[in-house]
Amino acid sequence: MARPRPKYLNLLQIRLPVPGLISIMHRASGAALFLFIPVLLTLFELSLESSQTFLRFKAVFSHWAFKLVLIGLVWAYLHHLFAGIRHLALDLHYGSELPAARATSWIVLVGAIVLTAIITVKIW
Amino acid sequence: MVGREVSGAHYGLRDWLAQRVTAVIMAAYTLIILVAIAGLPRTMDYWQWKLLWQAPVINYATVLFIASLLFHAWIGMRNIFMDYIKSPGLRLMLYVLTIGALLLYAFWSIQILWSL
Repeated sequence: MARPRPKYLNLLQIRLPVPGLISIMHRASGAALFLFIPVLLTLFELSLESSQTFLRFKAVFSHWAFKLVLIGLVWAYLHHLFAGIRHLALDLHYGSELPAARATSWIVLVGAIVLTAIITVKIW
Repeated sequence: MVGREVSGAHYGLRDWLAQRVTAVIMAAYTLIILVAIAGLPRTMDYWQWKLLWQAPVINYATVLFIASLLFHAWIGMRNIFMDYIKSPGLRLMLYVLTIGALLLYAFWSIQILWSL
């Protein structure tokens, strides 16, 4: 007979292992990127419509509030990209042992943050 | 009674593969476009910017990227809705809204890229 297993799903108290953290962040960053598609398309259109709208695009682009949003999106994109590459490697059975899975998770997590920091310095 | 497997509509493997193929296309595009944009002059004007997106290689690569992106986003968002939205009616509504939005983005992008 199956014993009733204790359900323990307090999200604030679960200590998620790094690969699990990478996984849920992959999902969250993907959803965030989806929600920002119309914003990015609006700006892309603004940049290409005419030389006047191009100047407006440049003005938006150099505004600090937009830069903050952009940096958030850059980070989401990089995290999603790096976690995705890690996922493709796992599909091919590379790095699926626990130590390797943990190490590559750290690389994804830290790599995306460091690269975002470098880009932040570049565009600020 | 014949035991039937509840295995969906056979889109599982197809979408799993599509998610990966579109991901690889987008990863390659990301590298290409970063190199192209890095090659632009520091104080570029509108015409240099427009010329970049008019170039057939970049223009068609961008169309391919956006097509991949929209397909990839559909599979991803559908998976999220499948996991968290328990009510079938609400889930269906979110599917329809997502597909509608993605189709709109597709027409919008084509309009931007092919009116240059």
